[in-house]
Amino acid sequence: MNYISLIEYLPYIFEGLLWSLALVLGGLGIGFTIGLPIGTMITYSDKYTKFILNVYIWIFRSTPLIVLLFLFYWGVFPNIGLKLSPLITSIIVLGLRSGAYQSEIFRGALESIDEGQILAAYSLGMSKIQAIISITIPQALRISIPSLSNEYAILLKDSAICFTIGVLEVLTRARIVSIATGIALIPYLIAGIILMMMTYIGLKFFHTVYKKTVIPGLIEGI
Amino acid sequence: MDFWSNFLINLVQGLTTTLQILVISIPLSIITGFILGFARVYGNKIIFYISTGISTTFRGLPLIVTLLILFFGLADLKIYLSPFWASILGFTLCGGSYISEYVKGAIQSIEQGQAEAARALGMNKLQEIIYIILPQTLIRALPGVSNEIIYMIQYSSLSFVIGVKEIFSVAKTFNSLYFRSIEIFTTVAFVYLLLIAIATLVFKIIENKLKIT
Repeated sequence: MNYISLIEYLPYIFEGLLWSLALVLGGLGIGFTIGLPIGTMITYSDKYTKFILNVYIWIFRSTPLIVLLFLFYWGVFPNIGLKLSPLITSIIVLGLRSGAYQSEIFRGALESIDEGQILAAYSLGMSKIQAIISITIPQALRISIPSLSNEYAILLKDSAICFTIGVLEVLTRARIVSIATGIALIPYLIAGIILMMMTYIGLKFFHTVYKKTVIPGLIEGI
Repeated sequence: MDFWSNFLINLVQGLTTTLQILVISIPLSIITGFILGFARVYGNKIIFYISTGISTTFRGLPLIVTLLILFFGLADLKIYLSPFWASILGFTLCGGSYISEYVKGAIQSIEQGQAEAARALGMNKLQEIIYIILPQTLIRALPGVSNEIIYMIQYSSLSFVIGVKEIFSVAKTFNSLYFRSIEIFTTVAFVYLLLIAIATLVFKIIENKLKIT
């Protein structure tokens, strides 16, 4: 056991923060881009579109992340001729999965908005698409911030799973350090503490955004 | 023996291990969750801090880190757990912490008047908790608990990182032997979809049976 070299490795573990952040922000971004349109379509479109989209959501929500990662990294992407790095694969898979979860969040938010508002928009001469884009979606986005912050925490914890396909994020680096130094407990604890801190900092950020954007009179602040 | 029969036989063995882990860790995590949840609401200051500390820690740590700490980390302190029991301990702590959150919410949603009514009937605090609060908590926490159990089914796949030979690790081994990734991982994904569909159905039935009308 070599505790002195462990200190030398600390910056190496901390560098993994950037990779973890890339995973989380990339996943949230792709998830948002997929989730918002799908959530909107599920709320307002006919039952056939609804059925197809629900199948997508069901598959991505009930398959373990690790199975999806391996399926895409070893199976899907190589078979369609794409050579993607573990990082890019992980971001795409996290994004697809988060998209399924986020579309449920947006569906819930859109359904919570009173239908009378769309009728009022019609009476002002708006089309359905105009009403959705400029009346209901802006409100739904603000309503869904608490759930999105939850999604951020889940994604951050799930990003640690990407270590199984070798993304150089915090946990992978902790593992490399533990192999190099022969000490397991401390590197893993450090990785855990870094991820926990990132969770709480992120949640604080989302809470601030929520406080700033809360719709006056609709919901009381948390 | 050809690929498919060989793969499916091993897959069934893996599935047995997965089910063993789940059958042991789900009841344990429900019990842990209820103990933690009640300790967080009714405990005195010390019990409150300990139980809140446990649930905050294991909800904050990613499950995969918890598992690695329990298996590799504790070995540094000369505590040796087998992969199987380390993963059960991990799932119990993590699942129990999340369930305690639902239990706490359920207890707090029961109106205060019921406790006073119990007192008026001459019950002491323990009787009140056992006969009045607990049965209602069981029902009110059920949607959250069933959600958490569905997560546990998914995350049981993580125990392969500490070397448990469950269904996913079988798939991983076969992938490195035959490299037929799409067939292998789609089959595994299908097994999980099936497990979760069954669990969802069972919980729906239980919820309908227990609904307070």
